Amino acid sequence: MKITLKINGKMRVVEAGPGEILLDVLRREGYKGAKFGCGHGFCGACTVLLDGRPVNSCLLLVGVVEGREITTIEALGSVDKLHPIQEAYLDAGAVQCGYCTPGFILSTKALLDEKPEPTEEEIKQALDGNYCRCTGYVKIIDAVKLAAKKRKKR
Amino acid sequence: MSDMRQFKEVNQVRRRVDGVGLVTGKALYTDDYDIHGMLSAKVLRSPYPHARIKSIDVAKARALEGVRAVLTWKDVPRVIITEAGQGFPEPSPYDKFILDNKVRFVGDEVAVVAAETTEIAEKALLLIKVTYEELKPILDPRDSMKPGAPVIHDEPEWRIPIPVEMDPKKNLCGRADVTIGNMQRGFSGADQVFEHEYENHYAQHVANEPHITISYLDPQNRLVLISSTQVPFHVRRIVARALDIPVKRIRVIKPRIGGGFGSKQDIVTEPLCAALTLATGMPVRLQLTREEVFTSSRTRHPTITRLKTGIKKDGTLTAIEMEVLQNAGPYGTHGLTVLTNTGSKILPLFRCANVRFNAWSVYTNLLQGGAYRGYGGTQSGLAMNIQMDEMARAIGLDVALLYRKLHIKKGEGSPVFAALGEGAEGHAMTIGSCGLAECIDIVMRESGWARKRNNPGAGRVRRGIGMAVLMQGSSIPKIDMASCSIKMNEDGSFNLLCGATDIGTGSDTVMAKIAAEVLGVKTDDVIVYSSDTDFTPFDVGAYASSTTYLSGMAAKKCAEQIAGQIRSVAAEMLEEDATGIVLEEGKAVGKKGGVTLAQVGTRSLYEKDQHQIAAFASAYSDQSPPPFAAHVAEIEVDIETGRVQVVTYWTATDCGVAINPLLAEGQVEGALLNGISYALSERFIYNSKGKLLNPSFGSYGVYFTRDLPEIKTFLVPTYEPSGPFGAKSIAEVNINGPLPAISNAIFDAVGVRLRKPPYTPEAVYKALKKR
Ligand code: FES
Ligand code: FES
Repeated sequence: MKITLKINGKMRVVEAGPGEILLDVLRREGYKGAKFGCGHGFCGACTVLLDGRPVNSCLLLVGVVEGREITTIEALGSVDKLHPIQEAYLDAGAVQCGYCTPGFILSTKALLDEKPEPTEEEIKQALDGNYCRCTGYVKIIDAVKLAAKKRKKR
Repeated sequence: MSDMRQFKEVNQVRRRVDGVGLVTGKALYTDDYDIHGMLSAKVLRSPYPHARIKSIDVAKARALEGVRAVLTWKDVPRVIITEAGQGFPEPSPYDKFILDNKVRFVGDEVAVVAAETTEIAEKALLLIKVTYEELKPILDPRDSMKPGAPVIHDEPEWRIPIPVEMDPKKNLCGRADVTIGNMQRGFSGADQVFEHEYENHYAQHVANEPHITISYLDPQNRLVLISSTQVPFHVRRIVARALDIPVKRIRVIKPRIGGGFGSKQDIVTEPLCAALTLATGMPVRLQLTREEVFTSSRTRHPTITRLKTGIKKDGTLTAIEMEVLQNAGPYGTHGLTVLTNTGSKILPLFRCANVRFNAWSVYTNLLQGGAYRGYGGTQSGLAMNIQMDEMARAIGLDVALLYRKLHIKKGEGSPVFAALGEGAEGHAMTIGSCGLAECIDIVMRESGWARKRNNPGAGRVRRGIGMAVLMQGSSIPKIDMASCSIKMNEDGSFNLLCGATDIGTGSDTVMAKIAAEVLGVKTDDVIVYSSDTDFTPFDVGAYASSTTYLSGMAAKKCAEQIAGQIRSVAAEMLEEDATGIVLEEGKAVGKKGGVTLAQVGTRSLYEKDQHQIAAFASAYSDQSPPPFAAHVAEIEVDIETGRVQVVTYWTATDCGVAINPLLAEGQVEGALLNGISYALSERFIYNSKGKLLNPSFGSYGVYFTRDLPEIKTFLVPTYEPSGPFGAKSIAEVNINGPLPAISNAIFDAVGVRLRKPPYTPEAVYKALKKR
């Protein structure tokens, strides 16, 4: 079956079964920044933005997202021009194994798009669907604050 | 601190060298490799804790369209192995066939299928018919050595490759009994003797990336494994043995790894995946589901510790007797070495003339133990630090002062170092650096210790504050080896190849910084590649807190050789003596001027006396200098619900010179939060048949951002003379603190002593009722 998906601003026609999981389709189409961690909506390694809001792509059927705006980590910065949130994650030391990082960065983007100057509580709430075993979250929260500051300066 | 010159790259804040690929989602983890025609593998697992396979019928599964192979114990070489990814010969028993006609825990491997899709593979599993003869299981380690207990390992092939005491007929898979001094004299010289039992619970590492391996045959018919592993060289050796093929036929590639914490120090998915590739000739991918990671990978060994200590009124310890019963689970991976480390990672920390460590590791039909960050230090840190708190209160001394009085100092040794090593005797060592006194001072001062201690307040929510002190090691002395190679390019950049296995720890960055410091270049000028058994030199891998210390030492030695070669080329160019030439800011500078490293590189490759500037170096140590840490936890207890919440947690860590301070802090914080959630919420729930009931993120109890308390991290610089640029390790030590520090804080708040984590609301509430 052919399904039209709007991924990172571009229309793409993909071949997919109606019961297929969005995460599997995205990864097959080369958007490998979305990761598999549990398949049950707990870890957020598979986070993408759907119409600007973070969702667990491991829980969504492709059919449901047809025609809606999907944003993956690949839409943010590129290797030679990082997005300010990506810069902030590196500068704050918020990246260790990196498996959770695309998900965290996307959740951060959704948060800052809505609340450019979030409080610590708001940050913790917004990132609560993303699991990280490596960092203890401390530097991730620093990174979000740093990204907010960078954004304000621009 | 001595010998702390102004570093240019080391100890400076730099971005991690692999960072860009990680934040853009471009870095390739195992699952990101697409290989044409790759089959998907699934494992059939045992529903019983202990059973013999009477018959197994795979005809229907094999006949299913899309199925390419179904393997049972009849189809794989009958070679006994250990899956412990340790040095050779392994100190773990050979007690495992990659598939066997006996199963030893719920979740053990029975058969494996490769099919064109995951769905077909899953369907095929349902078509395999197995008849089991159920055997009596052992579900409590206290029962394992009782006369008449079922024998979990009755296979005649069982053996232990090193001369240590084990006996599978008694379910004994590890033993240590070491006495220093005279226990009787020690205890009779005490003013008070304390004796209690402490027990830590099961835990899983819960690395974000599940275990996964991809295998395929290359055009030369060699077996290539891309695998999420901490130990690529051990994978190569053990897979060769398990499948009865030569080491030279195997290549193991470590791509980007999504965390390990010890769970990937074992050979979990590799042999079955490789067996399927050999059977089909096709590429195969075997990824565990999250449930399988919980039920069938590795865990922290649960341990029952009986600790008896004699103390004098002035705080002098007269005797410590530690008796340990460790539950190894169904296979003995790391059982013995975690057991001996249970003693060796805490007993040397406190001065005491009479010490006994008496310990057993036993098989059970529960989940399999393995390496887990802390590696025994977590188990004994719990017992020792709680007993210190109990003793300090009894003799009326502030526990912080007791710690300061008793802890080992720079220039001192401990007889325990020589008595207790990695499953066997250890090696004598004198402490070359110790910042623990300062660590204790910092956490006391920053937390307001003196003011807050013994001040719980009244009302429903009580406050408490508790302390713990810790040590670990840096590499396994006289066993671990690390090596690396460096070559120079014509633009003055360098390729550094190492077996050191960056699993997210930042070790690639550490290697680059150390080499850059020696070569007088920027960290960016050193391009690090780790690790591939065909290309990179040997390294035991990412475990035992060895990478910064030992692999870093190899990087330093190797870079020094390169520096020597650069100086001699530069000497010719500058027409002066090589000895006076220094490398700085990308130049080789002598008395008469300087040349750039690009000029040196270009000359050596293209212009004159052409040769490749290159070197190899290995590092090996007879020392394992401990990092030290002091912890203070401030908590609140709701006395109506029993709920404990950490308010603020202070840590101060002496890791020598922090090669990359930001990454070092990250290691502290990650280990710490893992320790806190282990203390308060992470746990396994079994049913009465040995089946794990909560194999999921949601019900197991890991922490998310909403659970995060305030964390205050301090690094205390010292200079470790045996380490590269003064460095020691940092990765493990801080996971060991929360179990005791939080228990001690609970006592401070509400006067109940919890010696058996996790400190869940139910457990605390019950203890409060009993008060
Ligand atoms: S993989 Fe989607 S939430 Fe874990
Ligand atoms: S950096 Fe490893 S899970 Fe977050």
